[in-house]
Amino acid sequence: MLDLNVNVMLISLGRNMSDLEKFRSETREWLEANCPAEMRLPMKDESDAVWGGRNPTFKNPQQKVWLDAMASKGWTVPEWPKAYGGGGLSKDEAKILKAEMKAIKARSPLMSFGIWMLGPALLKYGNEEQKLKYLPQIARGEIRWAQGYSEPNAGSDLASLMTKCEDMGDHYSVTGQKVWTSYADQADWIFVLVRTDFEAKKHEGISFVLVDMDQPGVTTKPIKLISGKSPFCETFLDNARCEKSDLVGEINKGWTIAKYLLTHEREMIGGSGAGSGALRPMGDIAVQQLGLDDRGQLDDPVLRVDVARSEIDGLAFLSTMERVIDEAKAGSGVGANSSMLKYYGTELNKRRLELMMDSAGHDALAWDGEGDVARLWLRTKANSIEGGTSEVQLNIISKRILGLPTA
Amino acid sequence: MAMVLNEEQNMLKDAAKGFMTDNAPISQLRRLRDEENKDGFDRDTWKSMAEMGMTGVLVPEEFGGVAMGHVAAGVIAEEMGRTLTASPFLSTAIMGATALSRFGTGSQKSEWLAKIASGDAITAVAVDEARKHAPSTVTTTAERSGNGFKLNGAKSFVADGHIADMMIVSARTSGEESDADGITLFLVPREADGVSVEVDTMIDSRLASDIKFDNVELDADAVLGEIDGGFAALEQVLDAGRAGLSAEMSGSAQACLDQTVDYLKERKQFGEIIGTFQGLQHRAAHLYTEIELGKSIVLKALQTLDAAPEHATMMISAAKSKLGHVAQLSAQEAIQMHGGIGMTDEYDIGFFIKRVRVAEALYGDANFHTDKFARLRKY
Repeated sequence: MLDLNVNVMLISLGRNMSDLEKFRSETREWLEANCPAEMRLPMKDESDAVWGGRNPTFKNPQQKVWLDAMASKGWTVPEWPKAYGGGGLSKDEAKILKAEMKAIKARSPLMSFGIWMLGPALLKYGNEEQKLKYLPQIARGEIRWAQGYSEPNAGSDLASLMTKCEDMGDHYSVTGQKVWTSYADQADWIFVLVRTDFEAKKHEGISFVLVDMDQPGVTTKPIKLISGKSPFCETFLDNARCEKSDLVGEINKGWTIAKYLLTHEREMIGGSGAGSGALRPMGDIAVQQLGLDDRGQLDDPVLRVDVARSEIDGLAFLSTMERVIDEAKAGSGVGANSSMLKYYGTELNKRRLELMMDSAGHDALAWDGEGDVARLWLRTKANSIEGGTSEVQLNIISKRILGLPTA
Repeated sequence: MAMVLNEEQNMLKDAAKGFMTDNAPISQLRRLRDEENKDGFDRDTWKSMAEMGMTGVLVPEEFGGVAMGHVAAGVIAEEMGRTLTASPFLSTAIMGATALSRFGTGSQKSEWLAKIASGDAITAVAVDEARKHAPSTVTTTAERSGNGFKLNGAKSFVADGHIADMMIVSARTSGEESDADGITLFLVPREADGVSVEVDTMIDSRLASDIKFDNVELDADAVLGEIDGGFAALEQVLDAGRAGLSAEMSGSAQACLDQTVDYLKERKQFGEIIGTFQGLQHRAAHLYTEIELGKSIVLKALQTLDAAPEHATMMISAAKSKLGHVAQLSAQEAIQMHGGIGMTDEYDIGFFIKRVRVAEALYGDANFHTDKFARLRKY
């Protein structure tokens, strides 16, 4: 009798539950059943991240279990269409998935430039064949991608790039040098900006091609940074073969794709670190490290003010991220605002790490100190350079938003 | 809650913008200053604002208001910040209406709220006594006397005190000088015996007063809210004002940027439009970013104030602190980028740096609110 009552109650509940609430409860249940306990603990350091690829490293077998489970649902890329390996979720459903993962502190199953950068570009500019071939591999973490953008003589002035792409009849041949290619030494494929017309204006002779790195014409060399780490490489292309079917979009129209992809990259960089809202508040860290004085205030009065200001700016920044998204939904946003978010988010993150160094004091000065603060601090100095420097973002804001003239 | 204005709020914004631009532009403030106007604001403008429902924006409908909430009040304040419209909007329509509708007795509400909505009463908040904002430091005393109280002491920097029909005054009924406990709020008519008002013209060409209370006799029903427990109520009233001021400052900051960008597009030096110079472009773009951040935190604070006023304090201090910095930066940068002409009285931009300095200081400057934020964050 009791069982029947419970059943009746569940049925009536189910009827009243909106589709989204139903999705939430199913998602919660699925995550509870499929997210291994170890994948609910914070990552210890960078090496704990899963990047996939042809020769993936899993420090812990549960990482593979978790990746495979998420990939089987298409939830490594929740909003991509199911046909391309995605979850086919609506924006609202994806938001719910994100919130439910956050609630159980589930790790992101896969870090991937394919997901963050190439995927969105292929979805918008790729042909059907390219989408069907590459997107599911990205979703499952089978191919690790690198980004071939900057060159030694084309940094902020990216459009002056000179890597040559010649038409050899049945294929292309690519020759040149790329720099700051993240993790290129561990990547399988690279998406490359190449020059296909040396006579045209610089923005109009660029194409976007995909190159398999497993060939003699492609070599990489890590660059050691001030942090002592080598997340970036130089990548040398010497008559590297590129199939004709791996030209994305039209020939000489690659700059449009490059800009679209950079917008994604900027949003990603701006929204990470201090801009993500996911980090432990700076005030809590400082209190733990320095303690409170007899008035209950942080025991470093000058740092206290700096910390409070940075937290206030952090709140203002998070509110701005929210507003920019809501304005875009309402169709009233300014597209170039991604430059504003990139500019402020990265400067904010640099400030956060300066404060973490201040707060950790002498302990942070040890090269292998706890939490790797010094190396993180050094790493953030690149935030306002990579993906377009702060100065380039300010140029974009002044031109596209404020409408100031160019000389 | 979506971080955008709803349809009703957008319509209000358009109406307020049109009204302020047409009826109360900066030239009105300049005229009031030059003629040394004794009110410090334009009464016809105030009357029209009442007719449009602006003075009743926070007054409940049963008292003739439109009860549109703090986001709406902020929208109006922001537009007034763009045009630097001088009016008792903050002290009356925001703080007076908040104080009475939240803490007033039935008879206090019926006496004042309808008059606020109709534009027939002006209120002021008399809180500060010293050089810097310190709402819990109260030496003004209210001693029990017969059925009521006798008020003695002095308040300073009372915005709109000189023209207020009624003032909300914080006084000590028990406790030590800087105890939060023991403060009581009183409704004091400016015309009451023993009240004397000394008017100061502030740098922003508006008027504020030093007010003395010399054995002012008050009935028991002059008490607003709880006896000895007035500080919490006062903080809510101040918070409504702080949020309104933050919105006003965001309008002023935007106006400075707009005028500056226009100037950068027309002024020529070295044979070039100066807006082509990267040295100026980057200053303007940085300022744009700071102002956008400011707008976001103001909207967040106002929305929190409408949705969950008991949780709004921290966000309001964050907003007042941020906008204090942003609006002053904007006014300072506006002068710098205008060059010499920005220093002239003839040019409007100088009015902004003066108003923003006063708005920043009113009910706690950026330092006060940064410190308060840190205390609320328990560090």
